Amino acid sequence: MSLPVAPKPAQRRFQQASWDEPIIFELSTPGERGVLVTGIEAGVRDAVGDVVGDLPAGLRRAAPPALPEMGQMRVLKHYLRLSQENLGADFNVDIGQGTCTMKYAPKVNDQLVGTPALTAMHPLQNPADAQGVLEIVWSTERMIAEISGMDEVSLHTQGGSAAIWSNIAMIRAYHEANGEGEQRREVITTIFSHPSNAAAAKAAGYDVITLYPDADGYPDLEALKRALSPRTAAIMVTNPEDTGIYNPAIKDWVDAAHAVGALASYDQANANGILGITRARDAGFDVCHFNLHKTFGTPHGCGGPGAGANGVSAALAPFLPGPRVARESGTDGSTRFVVREAGEQSIGAVAPFFGVIPNIVRAYAWMMALGADGLRAVAEIAVLNNNYLLKKVLEIPGASAPYATGRRRIEQVRYSWQELFEETGITSEEIGVRASDFGMHYWTSHHPYLVPQPFTLEPTESYSMAELDEYAAVLAEIAREARETPDVVRTAPHNQTVHHTHHDDLDDPERWAITWRAYQRKYFGAPVDPAGRVGSAGDRIETGATAAEAAA
Amino acid sequence: MLGLIVNPVAGIGGPAGLAGSDGADVQARASERGGASRAAARALTALAVVAAARPGVRVLTAAGSMGEDVVRAAGLEPVVVTHPPAHTTGSDTSAAARALADAGASLVLFAGGDGTARDVARAVSTDVAALGIPAGVKMYSPVFAVSPRAAGGLATAWLAALDAAPDALDAAPAPPLLPDSGILGDTPAERRLTPRVARIPESGNTPLPVLEREVLDVDEAALRRARVEPQLYGTLAVPYRAGRTQARKAATLADEQAAVRAAARGAASALRPGVRYLLGPGGTMNELARELGVPKTPLGVDVVLDGRRVLADASERELLDEVARGPAKAVVTVIGGQGFLLGRGNQQLSARVLGALGDEPLLVVAPEQKLIDLGGRPLLVDTGDPDIDAALAGFVRVITGQRTTSIYPVHAPEHEGEGHAP
Repeated sequence: MSLPVAPKPAQRRFQQASWDEPIIFELSTPGERGVLVTGIEAGVRDAVGDVVGDLPAGLRRAAPPALPEMGQMRVLKHYLRLSQENLGADFNVDIGQGTCTMKYAPKVNDQLVGTPALTAMHPLQNPADAQGVLEIVWSTERMIAEISGMDEVSLHTQGGSAAIWSNIAMIRAYHEANGEGEQRREVITTIFSHPSNAAAAKAAGYDVITLYPDADGYPDLEALKRALSPRTAAIMVTNPEDTGIYNPAIKDWVDAAHAVGALASYDQANANGILGITRARDAGFDVCHFNLHKTFGTPHGCGGPGAGANGVSAALAPFLPGPRVARESGTDGSTRFVVREAGEQSIGAVAPFFGVIPNIVRAYAWMMALGADGLRAVAEIAVLNNNYLLKKVLEIPGASAPYATGRRRIEQVRYSWQELFEETGITSEEIGVRASDFGMHYWTSHHPYLVPQPFTLEPTESYSMAELDEYAAVLAEIAREARETPDVVRTAPHNQTVHHTHHDDLDDPERWAITWRAYQRKYFGAPVDPAGRVGSAGDRIETGATAAEAAA
Repeated sequence: MLGLIVNPVAGIGGPAGLAGSDGADVQARASERGGASRAAARALTALAVVAAARPGVRVLTAAGSMGEDVVRAAGLEPVVVTHPPAHTTGSDTSAAARALADAGASLVLFAGGDGTARDVARAVSTDVAALGIPAGVKMYSPVFAVSPRAAGGLATAWLAALDAAPDALDAAPAPPLLPDSGILGDTPAERRLTPRVARIPESGNTPLPVLEREVLDVDEAALRRARVEPQLYGTLAVPYRAGRTQARKAATLADEQAAVRAAARGAASALRPGVRYLLGPGGTMNELARELGVPKTPLGVDVVLDGRRVLADASERELLDEVARGPAKAVVTVIGGQGFLLGRGNQQLSARVLGALGDEPLLVVAPEQKLIDLGGRPLLVDTGDPDIDAALAGFVRVITGQRTTSIYPVHAPEHEGEGHAP
């Protein structure tokens, strides 16, 4: 006898919670408070005086800020409800955000940085009382120096693009120090390198030259030589690029740059496929950077917290950003750790203090737990996972992996649905929205879309074979739907709370509204007073999507 | 008001495998093979969208099968402004386009393919806005909506924008991204096509700016011999809404328009005093001329020296004379989707002219998207002179913006001979 239980379907029956939760400003009740702050005791007031009155007039608000007024429990419920209308890294098979290296960030490390031993620290406290954490910063620098082969490392920057900016700022300072600042006005990058390289070079005042890949997936060395000249300040490249293709001629590239007196900068934000296998300095690079929040096991949801690490050769070391942590030896043989201000030639501070301590501690713990062999195993498993997934995805009719056809990839792949699109009219964006119906996150590509109908998967070392199978099965199911029931895909999502993004609204400065006040002002003509209060605040209005729809 | 032109023989050659429908001979052969035009049906699909939103709206059109029948079938009110003969040709399309513009149409919808677009562009160029309802065999030109329904949607939005600003056509300031004296010319008539952008928050209407888009067409006789070489035949002012017009992959209007302008500005700042610049045809070149504040022959080659146009619509001989007077460079852009820099639509820039320009004869200017649209294929040169082509082949530096360039491969397909397809 068998029980009347139907087998589970191939794809999980995901259904996101839908709370129809108002925007927090709409929940405001005048006078409601979360915390009732007691008045200042007379003795304290007498001792301290009028603290606010001592502030410069320009720093003082004319009126209290227009914040929502709510009790604690209502705030808690509001954000818990919103959290259920989300698809977090800890829920889904989070391999769809290729290039971002969404690996598992061990929770024990979160617990570690959440303890008062760290949360009670302050960067301005006496270094004598912070020797432990300063040693962690210093040790992390040394480990990353070993991983990259570079002579010196700074953990000062607070994110990937800040680290890229520091790369080009150091290069600029180096050439200026050598009297070649005026001569070297050009930076060369590739179209598949992260766009922050071109952007940072442009922001630093350089002319930017972009190289295009050939059929192998990376530019011809001859194209680079055509671009190089005595005007070249640097090449700024990624390797492997977003395609997951490794440029095997990279040392020739660096040599060619050096031959004209230029420097070579290596964007290793995502180094997950090369940890312990290749080193930037061994290929001759002068400058490189890592994102601790990609490769080194620190979480990076919702835009932060990030942490950058800049590595340089000895010749560039004087230009590293700071302040930095240094180790000093006493005459008695003792050592101590100090915070050293940036030197005279340094590009100086690009952020406050000497690093994002919680992420540095997480990265330190992650590396120490793995050890040198473990770090190499991370790269090996990430590459193995990626090539397993590559095979599974290429078995789906309509999916392809442009460039270097038939060759294996490093840690990620930029795939294309172009064939499926030509057959069905279903776009990669539509497939991504539909994937969320199965509880899966999915991303296309940076702009511009060099690969047509792109999607970028990066399985990292964290995911099991069963999870990779599940993700590939979801893609295969959506491809089948695109052929058999395209309207299901086109009208997706069906199991999600949030619906289509209105691209036109996001592209138009007159229509985009990324704050509540801007939304009120642009869509309802609500006047805003000098304190930022919107005239119609408190009135119940339509939700964003509906109002935007009506407006369009 | 809307105007509508249906090319009653558009697309007739497609199902018959004739790679196009140009010319009476082909049309007759297509009829023999059972070909039928789908232009009327597709125009009706587009107008049905308009009719659903604007029942009974009046549409300027040509008599009979060139529009009137479709307008009537859609339940709209035709206003016939021209009476073409029973068997129409391209010149009837041109005459109808001109008549619609003169009668006050602000947006001309035309159902057809590249050939129809050529006929419309010949008559009205960018005097009024125009939008293709895709119904032809060849549609290389990015002037067609992605579908007949999308064309109808754009037309409906256009009417709504006009309602929101009824005087827009008379006193139209240019949309925010287009300067006053731009590609569309300086006369009030030429500026008519830029309705004031209706701002979303107040009016609830979609703004419909226009972009100058290239009209391309291939020689059908050559196409039947399997050679695809689109030529540039003109430009149209096409209303734009993200995702509704074919063949542009830039994310937004602002992106596309700003990218062309940025490339033009990058080129402008690369120009040197005392050098004659031979500005070729193409939308990016027209934008460069505007950036320089000089007039430009849309499809011709003009010569600019020290910020002044010294020669308009020059012939090869005139260019040779100019080049002999001092240092000179040809400024060219990527023509069409095939990636030709030379040899298509700018034959005045001949091998002899290029040979006279010296070692660095070219300044290439194009928004990055034009390179991306090539899908990895190289840029092409075909001057007819193997030596000149060989000298140009290799890698070229393309100005893509202010202080941005790209290095991109160039092939010379004619020079490389058989077996070396680009």
